[in-house]
Amino acid sequence: MSDGGTTMVSLTVDGVSVTVPAGTPVIQAAERAGIVVPHYCYHPGIPSRPAQCRMCLVAIEGQPKLQPSCVMVVQDDMVVHTQMESEEVRDAQQAVIEFLLLNHPLDCPICDAAGQCMLQDYAYETGQLESRLVDPKLVMGRDRIADDILYFADRCIICTRCVRFMDDIAGENSLIVAQRGHKAYIDTFPGKDLDHPFRGNIVDVCPVGALVHEDFVFKARAWDFDTSPGVCGGCSQGCNIDVNVKENQVVRVKPRYNPDVNGYWMCDEGRRHLVMANRGLRADVPLIRRNGALEPVTWAEALEWVAERLPAGRGGVARVTASESNETLHALRGLLAHLGIDGGTFAVRRGETAGLPGFPQLELRAERAPNGAGARLLGYTERGELPEASGRTLVVLGDRLADADPSFGADAAFFLYLGSHLSAAARNATAVLPIAGAGEAEGTFVNVDGRVQRFHQAMQPQGVARPGWMVVARLLREVDGERAAVRDVRSAFAALADAVPEFSGLSWQGLGLKGARLPAMSPAGSGAR
Amino acid sequence: MGFPHSHDLEAGTILSRHFGDASARRLEPWTGMGGYDGLKKAVGMEPPEITAVVKDSGLRGRGGAGFPTGLKWSFMPQEPTGPHYLCCNADESEPGAFKDREVLRWVPHLLIEGCLIAARAIRAQHVYIYVRGEYFPYTKILNDAVVEAYEAELIGKDILGSGWDCDLTVHIGAGAYIAGEETGLMSSLVGGRAEPRVKPPFPAQSGVFGRPTTVNNVETLAAVPMILTGGAEWYRQWGTEKSPGTKLWCCSGHLERPGTYELPLGVPLKDIIYDVCGGIRGGRKLKAVIPGGSSTALLTPDELDCPSTYEGLQEAGSSLGTASPIVMDENTNLVAVIRRTAEFYAHESCGQCVQCREGTAWVAKILHRIETGGGRLKDIDTLYDLCEQLTGRTICVLADSVVFPLRSSLDKFRADYEALIGGGAR
Repeated sequence: MSDGGTTMVSLTVDGVSVTVPAGTPVIQAAERAGIVVPHYCYHPGIPSRPAQCRMCLVAIEGQPKLQPSCVMVVQDDMVVHTQMESEEVRDAQQAVIEFLLLNHPLDCPICDAAGQCMLQDYAYETGQLESRLVDPKLVMGRDRIADDILYFADRCIICTRCVRFMDDIAGENSLIVAQRGHKAYIDTFPGKDLDHPFRGNIVDVCPVGALVHEDFVFKARAWDFDTSPGVCGGCSQGCNIDVNVKENQVVRVKPRYNPDVNGYWMCDEGRRHLVMANRGLRADVPLIRRNGALEPVTWAEALEWVAERLPAGRGGVARVTASESNETLHALRGLLAHLGIDGGTFAVRRGETAGLPGFPQLELRAERAPNGAGARLLGYTERGELPEASGRTLVVLGDRLADADPSFGADAAFFLYLGSHLSAAARNATAVLPIAGAGEAEGTFVNVDGRVQRFHQAMQPQGVARPGWMVVARLLREVDGERAAVRDVRSAFAALADAVPEFSGLSWQGLGLKGARLPAMSPAGSGAR
Repeated sequence: MGFPHSHDLEAGTILSRHFGDASARRLEPWTGMGGYDGLKKAVGMEPPEITAVVKDSGLRGRGGAGFPTGLKWSFMPQEPTGPHYLCCNADESEPGAFKDREVLRWVPHLLIEGCLIAARAIRAQHVYIYVRGEYFPYTKILNDAVVEAYEAELIGKDILGSGWDCDLTVHIGAGAYIAGEETGLMSSLVGGRAEPRVKPPFPAQSGVFGRPTTVNNVETLAAVPMILTGGAEWYRQWGTEKSPGTKLWCCSGHLERPGTYELPLGVPLKDIIYDVCGGIRGGRKLKAVIPGGSSTALLTPDELDCPSTYEGLQEAGSSLGTASPIVMDENTNLVAVIRRTAEFYAHESCGQCVQCREGTAWVAKILHRIETGGGRLKDIDTLYDLCEQLTGRTICVLADSVVFPLRSSLDKFRADYEALIGGGAR
């Protein structure tokens, strides 16, 4: 059978017929049939398959022994029985669990992987309540395997996913299995440090709690935090992430699978980005300048006060950030037009790049901001220096002015600051309208490949801060009641897609969780680029 | 006795004819003894012709599995697209086996010659002899012979003026039983851990450096030169239809005359123990024999009438293995023997497969506890269950290796276990 050039193979898994491309391992064919074959050493993103955990054994008719489904390749008319149907397979899998638990400490109550542990899950499924081991357990202890990663040797099941991630994907043989047999453990290669900028992925691939980020140890239980799909703001790659939040604090960031952007991986700088991004003195309430001093007021009062004083049509300068969403940056265009301001600038920090030889499309990009591409499409230009604002109207959105001269903006005719942080320069503002920080609002970014990606709100903004697009839209309604109000982020995106040709044809719904390329930049339209 | 009691060619002492004669290590006397005659013949033959002779001789692998050697060679690609390799497996680590050591020690040139003939048959340009690390005194003997052979242009460029090139490298392992498993050996050889891998791909498809490779045991390769000079029929005068030729037997344990003996395949196991080795030491009674090295099922005194062939021992419920009978008299603490064996396999498990990594160590723990008086009757059930779980579920057969002696001892000597457990109250 053939399907578009690919030879297709039909087989039966637990009575379900599936047709998959030739060369597919049985474990993936079973997944097509809706059956997850338990596994440890197999990871879909790691090419090498040692078939050593012996957990994914299945019975294949005509084969005298159980076969590891991760390396056994499908064949036409193959008949596979998984643990759902075969007593022998269940028996073998239960034995593996019992073997793994022989020396495994039952420290789930203090283990960071509890609740997300493949050993815990399968142990519950097999249902053996007591170990038959009456002899003492082997105790191995704990080690610091990298500056920020701890290794609990007792919990390790030697699946070697971490070693093979470093070998196959990071392209650096810095991890090894030391010793052998039941004394085997994971260690760094003698004389080598585990300092690869993508090393954090070894924690993600660990199926148990053997590898743990030190800054996550004892911080939260897996069932205690909320998880939201996000997009990393660390660089222009736009890795898809899951943001774990507990009590409105980011406790951990994990890569979220997207084959077109980051696969299963992300860099360590990105992991830290969101945890660090919202630190510092936050703007959490509207402030207006009265009698030379900033004074907190309600939103209604602040918006009315600013609308009355904003000098319409008189021009001025604008400063934004490439870390803001397209929705906010586009909404701001409307306000700037009202004020008679063209263009606007933003600054981007640049850093060293780092790559993954085994997944070349993913890179820690030089441009350390998530939405430089979006900002450029929306009419802003990159410029390191701050604009000359003396005697003019100055609008700053998102740029924290962290490194600005403390007197910046003090001599502006009107200084409107929309931001999430209050630096010394920001305190020179005529009015401060607090907007949501990273992870605190929904929106979209355009990544380095022109992919528009949605991120969800992961936590509440500080104080009464509101998403940038919402604040700008409310202010616009205040100054020009005639305008159609932007009600929510979906309509903010729709307004953007209507107004900006590069975005035309995209819909909020259509972006889904994996994003979509800008029509003009997609392969079909690449000639127009 | 480190060498045979007989140097009689007619009796089938062909491999070991020069064991004990140190002059056979040197090239000059060796060539006078007929050394490298097989190679001289081989360089005038096409690879398929050599393979055909070895196929006809019925030579079976001497490393333990008994796979027909000529057939194995025929799996190699006939139209090379790049380098082929031959690996000689000299990682002799099976407890009880010391036959390859004798070949390395007394007739290194015979092994080199066998390697070169095999290399020509499989179109290999490079031979690696992987010697276990503990064999360094014998590695030195082998290395000296390799240097001599290179100087005499028996290895290297234009071998014997035939225009055929083949190199040979001796590699010393770091001391791992599992490096004797062919895929583990190849991984270790190229700098990896000695870890077996899933087959396919088989070595003939992808082996050393990802190229087609054949792995043969020392004794197998050492038999090849004589098969080539004597011919297949000559070799078949010894042994049986299914197990032709002669075999080195490593007899150890409570014997009057333990040692390495070369015997035609098919001699009853009983005769090897009672005639060749002079019976049980001190006139004591025999308790059990592990016939083929520690990874084979043990046999009781009334099971020894079987012919010492691959098929004969299989029928008797055990295996020829490396032909290394470990003989134990009536005073033997069999549980201690099995415990020690299990400890060996636990120590030598590479640690990849969960069953083997954890199971072998668990078996050793249970046996240790039984031996030291902490046993429970249900331990025997657990051991039987572990035998099930350790059989046929792993990448290689190391886990199975512990099961054969363990299960057979439970079946045949359960009383020994129960006596140590005592009473059965627990």
